[in-house]
Amino acid sequence: MTTTTVRARGERTGERLPGAWELGLQRGAIEIKQFFRQRDQVMFTFAFPVVFLFLFASIFSDDVEGAGITASQLYVPAMMAAGLMSTSFQSLGISIAIERDEKVLRRLRGTPMPPAAYFLGKIWLVLVTGFLETAILLAVGTTLYDVDLPSDMGKWFDLGWIFVLGLTACALLGIAISSVPKSAKSATSVVVLPFLVLQFISGVYIPVDSIPDWMVTISALFPLKWMCQGLRGVFLPESSRVLEQAGEWEFGRVALVLAAWCVAGLLLCLMTFRWKTRRDG
Amino acid sequence: MVVPERSLRRDASDMTAHAKDLAVDVRGLRKQYGDVTAVDGIDLGIRQGEVFGLLGPNGAGKTTTVEILQGNRSRDAGEVSVLGVDPETATRAWRSRVGIVWQDESAPAELTVRETVRHFSRYYRRPRDPEEVIGLVGLQEKAGSRIKALSGGQRRRLDVALGVIGGPELLLLDEPTTGFDPAARRQFWELIRKLADEGTTILLTTHYLEEAEALAHRLAVVAHGHVVAEGEPAALRDRHGSEATVEWTEPDGTPRSEHTKTPTRTVAELTHRFDGEIPGLRVSRPTLEDVYLRLTGQENAR
Repeated sequence: MTTTTVRARGERTGERLPGAWELGLQRGAIEIKQFFRQRDQVMFTFAFPVVFLFLFASIFSDDVEGAGITASQLYVPAMMAAGLMSTSFQSLGISIAIERDEKVLRRLRGTPMPPAAYFLGKIWLVLVTGFLETAILLAVGTTLYDVDLPSDMGKWFDLGWIFVLGLTACALLGIAISSVPKSAKSATSVVVLPFLVLQFISGVYIPVDSIPDWMVTISALFPLKWMCQGLRGVFLPESSRVLEQAGEWEFGRVALVLAAWCVAGLLLCLMTFRWKTRRDG
Repeated sequence: MVVPERSLRRDASDMTAHAKDLAVDVRGLRKQYGDVTAVDGIDLGIRQGEVFGLLGPNGAGKTTTVEILQGNRSRDAGEVSVLGVDPETATRAWRSRVGIVWQDESAPAELTVRETVRHFSRYYRRPRDPEEVIGLVGLQEKAGSRIKALSGGQRRRLDVALGVIGGPELLLLDEPTTGFDPAARRQFWELIRKLADEGTTILLTTHYLEEAEALAHRLAVVAHGHVVAEGEPAALRDRHGSEATVEWTEPDGTPRSEHTKTPTRTVAELTHRFDGEIPGLRVSRPTLEDVYLRLTGQENAR
């Protein structure tokens, strides 16, 4: 009975396949290695938000009436939030679409690698690049634009969870949106348009108090608005709370929305992720 | 009308015994893309430990068939069993037993050969030794090079390395030597023979006749989504190319030729007629290539 011997070899229960968490770490290491070996990609990923911060914070530097801050200060947390979303949502959305087009994903699918390990690897990559991005923006913000580092542990803690939750939510959404473009060629436009719109209505380029309420209401459905708001709460003085729609930083709601997007993003990824392009069926 | 060897064999009473020996068992496989029927009722039976060649011109349905066996493409109809499992319900455990080498390469450009092979080895329960596999495909000198710096043939060899790193029971190779130079192709054949000697069941698609003849224990010729012939290479040639060609020159200098199933008789008759040496005598059997071109309806291409 040959069948039984074949089965026995393949389905021997004593040996388990490596777990998703462990392989996720391995994937993360390999992703980070690949990322940093592409010099031009590294340059542009990190330079983009810094250039924008420099432009906006230098052009708009007047005092904000009644808030006790300058417009430049307002742009530091805003660009940090946008930077987090660009290293996660935008980079992943585009790079995964390219990987799919180049059949890297199909190859992975042909191995016993669990899909979750692939997603985990991307999140590790984004945590590292997002951390560096934030550090760079913070360095620029504190030296050029009068932003102070958080003074107490509570604020550092807030920064920590906003960073992890915001980045994870955006990374998962980036992974999910990568399945939308039909090919790598259209990936950039498909990913950048919603990101750009969100930046305009979430208070990145234009302060929330200057945006029509209905737009802010729409932006409140997505993570970016809450990341901006939370980071303003971390880096700006209490006097500037008056600029918020609610007149509060609303940390509880920030945490809730970002956590909800982490869960929703994961479900979206698991349900809609494609390992092949549409023309490959 | 060509009767596939296997359908005759299947009629025998030992059919159930056969089914259990099969690493790949495909019956009545069909796949359509819109109006185009890519696979139109293919039957295949690949035995454990066998090297099986799937031969056919471009567009014959080879790649679609292999992709269905990989679990990477859905089918419209038919029964498929690969290592006892329907690939559509593939689990991680099943994927770890099947090695795949695709037609187009897709390894991450920024990593080195060694990093890539090592990394892929971690996906498996009991992988082969990465260094040994790199040596097996002849890339030891390139082990430290980035993949983007490899030549096309070297990348294909890396693909093969990634296909066998998990120590698969079944290896599916889709046109693995396309773009190889003759030396690399010979080297690749050695690799396949080595893996076959270790007991790996191998399915390879190719449109190189010599490759199929050199490697495959059995082969199936596919055309227009059908299996038009199946069997051992020599048997195929005998069965589908039994007519020999006898050529000679008449005393007046006219070249003559005759297609016949009984070339010896023809030669005997000629010997009688010429009473001694027959001028310009040549008796030739069709090559596998002649058989192949006839089977796939490309005879006139010659």
